[in-house]
Amino acid sequence: MSTTEHAPAPSYLEDAGGKTGLAAWLTTTDHKRIGLLYLYAMGLFFLIGMTIGLVMRLVQLTTFQHLVSAQTYNAMFTVHGVIMIFLFVIPGLPAVFGNFLLPIFVGAKDVAFPRLNLASWYFFIAGAIIAVTSLFTGHGAPDTGWSFYAPFSVKTGTNVTLAVFAAFVLGFSSMLTGINFITTIHRMRAPGMGWFRMPLFCWAAYATSWIQILATPIVAITLVLVMLERLFGIGVFDPTKGGDPVLYQHMFWIYSHPAVYIMILPAMGAISEILPTFAKRPIFGYRGIAFSSLSIAGVGSLVWAHHMFTSGMSEFAQLVFSLLTMLVAIPSAIKVFNWVSTLYKGSISFEPPLLFAMSFIFLFCIGGLTGVMQGALAINIHVHDTYFIVGHFHYVMFGGTGFAFFAALLYWFPKMTGKMYNKAAIYAGWVPMFVGFNMLYFTMLVLGMMGMPRRYYLHLPQYHLGHQIATVGSWFLALGIVIIIVTLVRAALKGAKAPANPWGGVTLEWQIPSPPPLENFEEIPLIEHGPYHFPQRSEA
Amino acid sequence: MLEPSSHLDDFHQPDDVGHGHPTYGTFLKVWVALLVLTGALVGLSHLGPKAAVWGLLTLTPLKAGLVFYFFMHLKYEGALLKGVVLVTVGTLLIFFTLLYSDIAFR
Amino acid sequence: MSEHAHTIHRDDFGDKLGMWLFLVTEIVLFGGLFIAYSAMRSHYPVEFHHGGAELNATLGVTNTVVLLTSSLTMVLSLAALQQADMAKAKAFLLTTIGLGGVFLVIKTFEWSAKFHHGLYPGSAHMGTLPPGEQVFFGLYFTMTGLHGVHVIAGMSVLGWMYTLLGKGKISTDRFVTLENGGLYWHLVDVIWIFLLPLFYLAA
Repeated sequence: MSTTEHAPAPSYLEDAGGKTGLAAWLTTTDHKRIGLLYLYAMGLFFLIGMTIGLVMRLVQLTTFQHLVSAQTYNAMFTVHGVIMIFLFVIPGLPAVFGNFLLPIFVGAKDVAFPRLNLASWYFFIAGAIIAVTSLFTGHGAPDTGWSFYAPFSVKTGTNVTLAVFAAFVLGFSSMLTGINFITTIHRMRAPGMGWFRMPLFCWAAYATSWIQILATPIVAITLVLVMLERLFGIGVFDPTKGGDPVLYQHMFWIYSHPAVYIMILPAMGAISEILPTFAKRPIFGYRGIAFSSLSIAGVGSLVWAHHMFTSGMSEFAQLVFSLLTMLVAIPSAIKVFNWVSTLYKGSISFEPPLLFAMSFIFLFCIGGLTGVMQGALAINIHVHDTYFIVGHFHYVMFGGTGFAFFAALLYWFPKMTGKMYNKAAIYAGWVPMFVGFNMLYFTMLVLGMMGMPRRYYLHLPQYHLGHQIATVGSWFLALGIVIIIVTLVRAALKGAKAPANPWGGVTLEWQIPSPPPLENFEEIPLIEHGPYHFPQRSEA
Repeated sequence: MLEPSSHLDDFHQPDDVGHGHPTYGTFLKVWVALLVLTGALVGLSHLGPKAAVWGLLTLTPLKAGLVFYFFMHLKYEGALLKGVVLVTVGTLLIFFTLLYSDIAFR
Repeated sequence: MSEHAHTIHRDDFGDKLGMWLFLVTEIVLFGGLFIAYSAMRSHYPVEFHHGGAELNATLGVTNTVVLLTSSLTMVLSLAALQQADMAKAKAFLLTTIGLGGVFLVIKTFEWSAKFHHGLYPGSAHMGTLPPGEQVFFGLYFTMTGLHGVHVIAGMSVLGWMYTLLGKGKISTDRFVTLENGGLYWHLVDVIWIFLLPLFYLAA
């Protein structure tokens, strides 16, 4: 590769292809700038969602309530879910890091359809604005929970129609990004970049994109049906007209369970990038990880009804879906074992991204294993709609995807901004974050096993201690997050200049300057070996 | 500038401009076949509900297949595009099957 | 141009792949409706039979012929373009758009007849029907309505193609845009192929 050193081209942050000011950002078709646009927007939504979560925890600090009304509490858990899921975790890693890195990973100058990519961002922002509007217009913020279950979502007087429309628009954004990534991977790989020379993040993004285009339309049409139901009363989900609410649950989860894999697969991809760099070792079992991404996407699309074991569906279906659910554990475990094996006998340099990546593995294991527990029918019926579920999916979504998001952000921050952050401050933030996380969500697992139902406004005295521990945990967690975000913002504004390759990584993004020039590569690189080719060791 | 990856893609690209375009005649024949199948479908629907359902389950996919294969040029495309369609149809069929594990046994 | 210079590389196959992936989302979108339809029909076979008897099969079949023919003229327009016969390509394209218009006119008559008889979601008459039939008509209006929206979208796309043909931006050696527009139109046709037996021939 001959793309570094001599007469550096200006970085993408300085060179906007002739545009200036706000237009240089709002009309950009540069995948790197679009990635940053997503990052800023999502950072904002994450902080809003986090604040709502903190208030909900405050509400549970006492057994009597005066902080917010019951109806407001219903709206809060709905809005917290909608924001965190549709505006942060689903688009999070693919839209930010996928956009920024995927073209660089495959040795291209941009994605296949740059203007469509910008359109996706505008769909995202439009959806977000509609979602926020739904909170303050109509007859009150939606109070259905993020899953919009019929028949309540069809009957409630709150502003569900607009909220559902927001999710529909966000789905568009997601699908268009998926189309873009698949086409990019098929058509834009640099010479020599065969399928098995792609960094594993690309495989994860590829699998994710397929779920996005194969499953998202189902929820899109389901939400349209809810809107039509509310506007015209077509009757499909309304039992008084012969409709079937269980059908709603099926159609909702046909998308929304695979959506869990839209959330976690890119996170796994990011972890697969981070571990080899800090172990200075090629990833263990490249093909195993690559194919497990595809099989998680495949099998993960067949398990949706495990969310519905108490809905009154047939016993036969319960057995089928219980069995299929257990199967997802296999490819997930393949990944975990391969990651751990990658670290084994590596020459490990312990840096903040690795710390968060290892936290991911630990927390994801808890999240994944509690998931397998719920695949078993008997346990599922016992813990259905309890805090056990809440704890479980926060371990997966936040302990998994959230921590991976931070790991990825810390890993690629020097590449994206050209600045290095204060590592000591990151470690100082990690401690309360990790401790607070487990105080908050592990306690929820216990509360759920004891029988505390989710989404309840009040709780009985026997759950009081648990709720207090969890609330204190939420404070630690938030403190840690704030420390890390402040550290990163400070670094972006006045951090020391970062070298092109601060971690000693070997994938393509580390061969170009930090921050990269507008066109990524001075000339399209010729790829001669696999992605994790550490010179001092022989290639796997 | 190098043309990215075109000579390296695992799936070859058969649609170089200008060769092997089908003639009007092929399309006319397909159109006639589609009209005939529509007629057959209408005819079957008069033979009672059972025949109508069988017509729906057999002739309709056949008609759709003809449109996909000829009008949408899948016949002249490589493995990638054919694969995309097969994956989509397969996914929908699996969704149907799993849904019926509930509906048929409830 | 709003592109930075490097992104103007031409990849016709990439464009077509992108279009097919978009069609995947459309297929699955209607697939979701077909899933809902089949679930409801297996709950209410008799009611769906009665509901189907209320629909005008003649209009349904006529519209099928209209759309199938429009699909033919669409593909002939592309074939003519590939053979550098611009006049024919334009004529066939216009015919396609015209047939789309005919389809919509027939559809409008059909819907207004239903409204005239009080057969629409939320009407007083609808409330007196058995639940399964209410769902049948709910799905009928949803699915044919959404299809109609796609017909309108398809006609707009093809109209835009027509102006591109006029400007020479679609030409004999640069026809992938028209091909993609055609793909969309054919998919609209395929969806109608399924809607015909699901509703009009269900009785």
